[in-house]
Amino acid sequence: MSLFDYTLKELQEKLHNKEITVSDLVSDSYTRIRDVDDQVKAFLTLDEENAMEKAKQLDEQLGADASILYGVPLGVKDNIVTKGLRTTCASQFLDNFNDPLYDATVVQKLDEQNTVTIGKLNMDEFAMGSSNENSSYQKTRNPWNTDYVPGGSSGGSAAAVAAREVFFSLGSDTGGSIRQPAAFCGVVGLKPTYGLVSRFGLVAFASSLDQIGPITRTVEDNAHLLQAIVGHDQMDATSADIEIPNYSEALHQDVKGLKIAVPSEYLQEGVNQEVRESVLNALKVYEDMGATWEEVSLPHSKYAVAAYYLLSSSEASANLARFDGVRYGVRSENANNMLDMFKMSRSEGFGDEVKRRIMLGTFALSSGYYDAYYKKAQKVRTLIKNDFDKVFEDYDIIIGPTTPTPAFKIGEKIDDPLTMYANDILTIPVNLAGVPGMSIPCGFSSEGLPIGLQLIGKHFDEQTIFKAAHAFEKATDHHKKRPALGGDQ
Amino acid sequence: MAEISKEQVKHVAHLARLALSEDEVEKMTKQLGDIIDYAELLNELDTDNVEPTTHTLDLKNVMRKDEPRKWINKEDALKNAPDQQAGQFRVPSILE
Repeated sequence: MSLFDYTLKELQEKLHNKEITVSDLVSDSYTRIRDVDDQVKAFLTLDEENAMEKAKQLDEQLGADASILYGVPLGVKDNIVTKGLRTTCASQFLDNFNDPLYDATVVQKLDEQNTVTIGKLNMDEFAMGSSNENSSYQKTRNPWNTDYVPGGSSGGSAAAVAAREVFFSLGSDTGGSIRQPAAFCGVVGLKPTYGLVSRFGLVAFASSLDQIGPITRTVEDNAHLLQAIVGHDQMDATSADIEIPNYSEALHQDVKGLKIAVPSEYLQEGVNQEVRESVLNALKVYEDMGATWEEVSLPHSKYAVAAYYLLSSSEASANLARFDGVRYGVRSENANNMLDMFKMSRSEGFGDEVKRRIMLGTFALSSGYYDAYYKKAQKVRTLIKNDFDKVFEDYDIIIGPTTPTPAFKIGEKIDDPLTMYANDILTIPVNLAGVPGMSIPCGFSSEGLPIGLQLIGKHFDEQTIFKAAHAFEKATDHHKKRPALGGDQ
Repeated sequence: MAEISKEQVKHVAHLARLALSEDEVEKMTKQLGDIIDYAELLNELDTDNVEPTTHTLDLKNVMRKDEPRKWINKEDALKNAPDQQAGQFRVPSILE
């Protein structure tokens, strides 16, 4: 058992009882990374010297009123800007972006809670992908079986938590990029309501969909990490100015009488038998706790993937226009004039999937095609959002699988963009509707790969998700299993 | 069936400021064609009377005071630049 098998609450007790120090926690993190990261390949950049120095300071300053996150080792997805710490988005374009000028708001907020940033985590390039195979540096592997993908795009963030390399991590989710890797790696990942967490300092992919969220081993710790990063931020024009609830208080509320909706579309063909059985077993657990569930319909689900790829790629084509080789990033040395410099820097710096999406987005926004593709997709988005609104008139929460299948093998889907896209069919609608969604472990396949249960709440109702997720976690043992890596048993 | 031609792909690549090789144009024509074909699925839906959603929050414009404030100084702004000269970003010539 490692220190990273405890909960935040237990760690704080040990810190205050002087059983352990922050330096122990941080050096444990780096030791573990040295032991297993050549298998997992979750980290792109480590910040060991600064982290150990900070740990020493925190050990000297530990007071009775320390935050519950005090001294806890954190991993940060590499599209979240960290002052002075290399931030690449796993792209060759930002290979030399070694000295970012500021911290993202979420990083600043966690710094105020005295977490310790261990390093930056691998991802699909610019968060475009579902397997981490689109990273231009390395393929992160699933800690449960290193022949399999960890999911994406926050694959490094989920794998590092599952592998006990860090205590918890931050990811970002545009179409499932927190929940899908959390499901594949058997950890807890939350995409908060659009607007709940500031995106200032998150390298933008699709601005109407992007959201930062916490990845942890337990639901309780997820609530603590979320609590630390939420809140209105004047640096993010889409940051919601709402009263922030106490998420930990929601954890222990009773689920008796909870009305669960289960979309029939989420259990239909394409959803693997073992996944379906795990979800039905989970619903049984909820029944036993006094909740009720009924099948409902989200009739426009099958249009979500197409609408999503048009909208997210359109927004990406605009957002990624900033990578021009002038102010930061890599510049092609083969260009003789300005226009060629733009074109060649971008072509040399971006990988295939990023180019494909920029092309799709530019096409969908181009003169003559805008109404047929971009605007059409925005209208379909309204229909998808209305589906959710309607269900939430009668139910407290929506529950289904996070992904149609457990993790797939490395190389299995990489050559066929559409097959890869279909993998996000159950997570994408949540982003389009802007509602919060969480993935928690709910079982294992016969091959020993984790299966994720998705819990979807109303706008800004993360509390009901925490309540339902925590009740399930208390009633089951799935989250207690750990992958065998290195010398682990 | 949505047709996208190689010429269109080249035009879009120019708009997107991407230099694609002939091989890439070939591959992209096929892949974009497939994706756009798939997106035709949306035409099953009658959306004539549906308002588009740009994003899901009910946001109002918030204006801050138009006052100068400290942010990034010139040295910092330049330090990640691929090329610079005399306190400014340096780029290749715009005219041939």
